[in-house]
Amino acid sequence: MLTKRIIPCLDVKNGYVVKGVKFRNHEIVGSILDLASKYNEDGADELVFYDIGASTYDGMVSKEWVKQIAELINIPFCVAGGIKNLKDAKDILNNGADKISINSPALANPNLIHELANEFGSQCVVVGIDSKYIDNKYIVYSNTGDEKTIKNTQIETKAWIDQVQNLGAGEIVLNCMNKDGVRDGYDITQLNTMLKNCDVPLIASGGAGTKDHFKDVLTKTESSGALAASVFHKDLIKINELKDFLRKKSINIRY
Amino acid sequence: MKIGIVDCGGANLNSIYYSFKRLNIDSFISNSIDELSQMDALVLPGVGSAGKVMETLSKKNLINFIKETNKPVLGICIGMQILFDYSEEDNTECLGLIKGTITKFNKKDVIAVPQMGWNKVECKLDNTLDGYYYFANSYFNKDSDYTVGYTSYGNQFSSIIKKDNLLGCQFHPEKSSTAGEMFLKNFINSI
Repeated sequence: MLTKRIIPCLDVKNGYVVKGVKFRNHEIVGSILDLASKYNEDGADELVFYDIGASTYDGMVSKEWVKQIAELINIPFCVAGGIKNLKDAKDILNNGADKISINSPALANPNLIHELANEFGSQCVVVGIDSKYIDNKYIVYSNTGDEKTIKNTQIETKAWIDQVQNLGAGEIVLNCMNKDGVRDGYDITQLNTMLKNCDVPLIASGGAGTKDHFKDVLTKTESSGALAASVFHKDLIKINELKDFLRKKSINIRY
Repeated sequence: MKIGIVDCGGANLNSIYYSFKRLNIDSFISNSIDELSQMDALVLPGVGSAGKVMETLSKKNLINFIKETNKPVLGICIGMQILFDYSEEDNTECLGLIKGTITKFNKKDVIAVPQMGWNKVECKLDNTLDGYYYFANSYFNKDSDYTVGYTSYGNQFSSIIKKDNLLGCQFHPEKSSTAGEMFLKNFINSI
């Protein structure tokens, strides 16, 4: 049986892992290679690198750190942020990333999903979706990385999930914005609503605060995995201890 | 020892190169028969789709070379699938070195397609290779005369095949942590 995945997400800027305070004054929390290596050894099933500085410097920098990560770790990793076209994707994948994740560029040009899936195969095309419950509906937001650019797209999340699957996305990361950074648990209701019409693997994101939150999302929903950032960076939860805990709760987790 | 990674097109050929490098093994990515002929073993990496991989091999005149070689060959993911007769993916005639076909996971049988993540492999030949490996596939071979490792996703499927000089794995050993390293070391030791 396929195991449930535990996926740490690292925010990367200029080759460092950073922690943002209100989207600015990014504080360096560690070297990207040290943290990648640590999570790899701790038993992470996969890593996501979210390149938050991607649009502010030329692509050469990200190519270099992607290559260094690929040389170092032996688990799959996905690069998100700053991928706007086939060439960007190719550069990232050629340097050793296993998947690329696109979010706002897919909203701006949905056909990009099709182009990427056609060129590289669906298995390496992840679509990130930032979804918020507002006026009794789940709505997709774009450009959520910065308070100044964030935008309500008016697109219902369910419709967007349908569309990205039809275009060839191989995986969806659903970031439930109402839960983002709150650390009071994943958005079980929203995840179950969206999983009903999702045939590709769906990764839950947003809300992790305790080990029980991981247990809940992996037992109460059919999410393929759970993604989290701050609880791992701040060492509030250690990945190997979390995986032991989940195994004891009879959840199918890789040793 | 030198291992030739056959450039079947697509991106991400470097993953497998780096994993050999971590094991201190020299490998070379190439689509030239002259270069590949000098290697001690070959790897068919798993990227893209069955149709594209076969098209690339055909364009580079590599099909007969691979069919006729008696060097050890490791096929990974799609690289394993093309060893069979036929793949439903892109309706592709494959190398025909192993009798059998490649079909798509049925959405009724499984939670999601593609299968994405770590799944358990049981190897009939060598139980030291049992363990969790990383899969990323929508297509699979159900069973064959040469299947030596099995995994379940909805139903049981072939995750390792072995025939003469050919070894194939549906998972990605280069992305499968220590289990994957063991698997690759095993291949290297067999050369």
